Amino acid sequence: MRRIACTVNGVRREAEVEPRLLLVYFLRENLGLTGTNVGCDTSSCGACTVMMDGLSVKACTVLAVQADGSEITTIEGLASNGQLHPLQEAFRRNHGLQCGFCTPGMIMAGLGLIESGAGMEEEEVRLGLEGNLCRCTGYQNIVKAIQEAAGEMRQATPAGAQGGSE
Amino acid sequence: MTQVAEPGAQRWMGGGLVRKEDPKLITGQGRYTDDIALPGMLWLAFARSPVAHANIASIDTSAAKELPGVVAVYTGEELASEWAAAMPCAWPVSSRTYPGENTHDPRVPDHWPVAKDRVRYMGEIVAVVVADSREHAMDATEAVDVDYDELPVVTDIEAASAEGAHIIHEQFGSNELYTWELHNGDVDKVFAEAPVVVKERYFHPRLVANALEPRAIVVQPVPAQGEFTVWTATQIPHFVRVFLTLILGIPETKLRVIAPEVGGGFGSKLEVYGEEFVAVALARKLGQPIKWNEYRSEGYLSTVQGRGVVQDMEVAATEEGKLLGVRAKLQADMGAYASLVGPGIPILGAFHYHGTYDCDAYSFTCTSVFTNQTPTDAYRGAGRPEATYATERIMDALARRVGKDPAEVRAMNFIPPFDQPRMTAGTLEYDSGNYAAALDKAKELVGYDALRQEQQANDGRRDGKLLGVGISSYMEVCGWAPSQVLGTLHYAGGGWERASVRCNPTGKVTVISGTSPHGQGHDTTFAQIVADALGVTPDDVEVLHGDTSVATWGLDSYGSRSLSVGGVTIQKAAERVREKARVLAAHELEVAEDDLEWTDGKFQVKGAPDRAKTIPELAFSAWGAHNLPEGFDPILEGAAAFDPPNWTFPSGTHICVVEVDPETGSTRIDKYVAVDDCGTIINPLIVDGQVMGGVAQGIAEALYEEALYDENGTLLSGNMMTYRIPSAAELPGYTLDKTVTPSSTNPMGVKGIGETGTIAAPPAVLNAVADALRFVGVEFIDKPASAEKVWRVVAEARGQAPAERTPEGGGTGAASMTPEAEGGTA
Repeated sequence: MRRIACTVNGVRREAEVEPRLLLVYFLRENLGLTGTNVGCDTSSCGACTVMMDGLSVKACTVLAVQADGSEITTIEGLASNGQLHPLQEAFRRNHGLQCGFCTPGMIMAGLGLIESGAGMEEEEVRLGLEGNLCRCTGYQNIVKAIQEAAGEMRQATPAGAQGGSE
Repeated sequence: MTQVAEPGAQRWMGGGLVRKEDPKLITGQGRYTDDIALPGMLWLAFARSPVAHANIASIDTSAAKELPGVVAVYTGEELASEWAAAMPCAWPVSSRTYPGENTHDPRVPDHWPVAKDRVRYMGEIVAVVVADSREHAMDATEAVDVDYDELPVVTDIEAASAEGAHIIHEQFGSNELYTWELHNGDVDKVFAEAPVVVKERYFHPRLVANALEPRAIVVQPVPAQGEFTVWTATQIPHFVRVFLTLILGIPETKLRVIAPEVGGGFGSKLEVYGEEFVAVALARKLGQPIKWNEYRSEGYLSTVQGRGVVQDMEVAATEEGKLLGVRAKLQADMGAYASLVGPGIPILGAFHYHGTYDCDAYSFTCTSVFTNQTPTDAYRGAGRPEATYATERIMDALARRVGKDPAEVRAMNFIPPFDQPRMTAGTLEYDSGNYAAALDKAKELVGYDALRQEQQANDGRRDGKLLGVGISSYMEVCGWAPSQVLGTLHYAGGGWERASVRCNPTGKVTVISGTSPHGQGHDTTFAQIVADALGVTPDDVEVLHGDTSVATWGLDSYGSRSLSVGGVTIQKAAERVREKARVLAAHELEVAEDDLEWTDGKFQVKGAPDRAKTIPELAFSAWGAHNLPEGFDPILEGAAAFDPPNWTFPSGTHICVVEVDPETGSTRIDKYVAVDDCGTIINPLIVDGQVMGGVAQGIAEALYEEALYDENGTLLSGNMMTYRIPSAAELPGYTLDKTVTPSSTNPMGVKGIGETGTIAAPPAVLNAVADALRFVGVEFIDKPASAEKVWRVVAEARGQAPAERTPEGGGTGAASMTPEAEGGTA
């Protein structure tokens, strides 16, 4: 067992974890943050995507011990002061989700993409989402939602939009 | 702002209302089965057969039992006393000639939740571990020591029914479940005399549904009461409850089955699985909560797969291309056992291999066989994609044969527009349709004539790529019902739905729906229906479903039945509430009921619009019960059941434009136009979402996906790395439009939209790829038109064909694919 400490959704968390514990299970089972989902066992689907130190990562490819000292934002930490994040609003407005299982990962991947400063042309967003699978929507409305949210976020804070963790 | 629809006569139906269910899903508050954890919960894991066919010589679980955290380990023999019967097949199709009698009883082999003495597919459960954590349970499955005496393996559909094939279930004397026939008209004569006969063979690979949420089960027992609450990721909580009772002997009244948030289904959760029976049986045996969560690669082996069909498709026609006869012969792969409705899946398509066209003579024959592979069952479309693929591809072949444009041959063969039921060659009575309207609209949207001119002008080239255009003018069959007809097909269940609607005292409305969603937006669509029926807003309406102690009655969601059966039932229940409220309104306004009119969402006295009562007002005064008509029940509640007289028949035309790279074999979809007719539309936002998702799955089927087994019955594409699910990067944007011909089957005129995309898209894409490849002399290509397959057929057509899967030095294209060449250019 190893002791780790990290900041999750703005709250400092400490825990004793098995070295083999994946970050996604640490979030889901140790911290009860079940919004982050597990859809595969090959790091293919991206349902477990979270923000870690400003980058989107698949939480199934990170060990909990690797997250020691890091700052993590999950879907639960995205809305702030009761206000949905522009990405959350845009996903809803554009019907960018159906069963909702990939949605937390898609939203976090979209956030990572926007915060990375990537271009937001349709082809660029599509390529940027390569690591996230959705089986319901056919992606079109997801792409549209991310483009719309990026527009709002970049207009609000031209230097790059903010996550919800501060 | 959540409500987009404009007030009108129909205030909410028809508007693109943003979904009511989204807030929890976009904030991580949706509660899926794997999100549930109970105090004292034990974890299940399954030891599965690594071989496809073997006798179990011995199983030694002693080492597994010694591992940390392990509570118990059970073999199939040790659990045998838990089962009152083998697992269910609710659609046991038997052989029949037509017209004629069944030629033998349905062949349904015993399929036990845990194999006892023989395994018949890779992944079949051989032992069960219960432990204190997921990891301990999974670790212990590795320590279960099984001796297998391997048996010959049958994987090929045709080899399964060949003379001398190894028989998987000896008691039947062959691997055949059934041969089922349907004939209408003098088929042999029509084909013998027709000037044109076109025949092609199509293969539908097995597909894995890959609902993004893996299967999961949590069971909470209350041992002292003999009660169980079962959360399960299923499309069919009501069927799960019935079969848990029948197989485990637990009274229905002691079982509460809950389908909480369900992350997609596509048919793969239209099943009652061995894992579900085991989880409940062990919760009963151990008296503790039990949890199982499928890991994805496990699901590739243990969750039912779709398709797995070979078709010999033939049409007879005139020299002009007018269709005279259709003859379809299928061989279908059931896998190792008869799954819940698996045997019936090919029969779902049996009646419409002529599609949107009509003909004089029709013949369908399907032989279904057992193989040593995962059982097959419904996958989005279930039988209709197979039928539509055959119809729409053979129409292109016919067009080529008679030298006409595929759009022209379709147009000349369409059933003319109709708005009342019309009998067709396949013996189905279609409800309504206007097929030419959709084709015309789709052609216009895609710029069809210009594309054909471009092809002609440039010999099919565009920027070094091959340009192809493919049409699919499909129809399909939705709204799984009517019970009487299902009975004649030997389907065990009914097809009705039941719902209730209640206006609570403060004016909020509770709807209890028998169908439950796994992403389709029932809460929103049903709320729109009820809001219009009762003069409230969708925000006032809560839709409850997926919990058998709340929605006691229902037959669940599959076969695009949730709206055309379930939604219509809800409207009927809401109308009963309104009619009950009318009695009270007349009483309170002191007029005769006939003097009231329902206008703008309230009861008004005719000619005196200021004298009016809303249903929420009436609900409150009914509850107060101070002044009610004689014998009036003080709750404004209504229930209804609905068993429609027929199916519904959505239709439309999809046109796909592709650019195929003849050097790499890769296909890029340049444009995809879908014009669909699902009858009356309740929520266009949701309808479009269903179309886009279905088309994406159809494109995936057409270009990428294939559950590939080797000759030993080992699944080669058994995880998300080797089974290619396309991402946003591979898929196109879609251009969508609609035509509307209301269904004559139900009073709302609705048809269904959940499966049309997957039904329509594969032939549109393959016809487009085939259209492109004709410019380099390729005669034929089938699903999936993967880059490798396209590259291979192009190479063959150019006379430089390497036949092996790993090409070595077979021309420039081949060289570029060898690992050495890749290394060299890196």
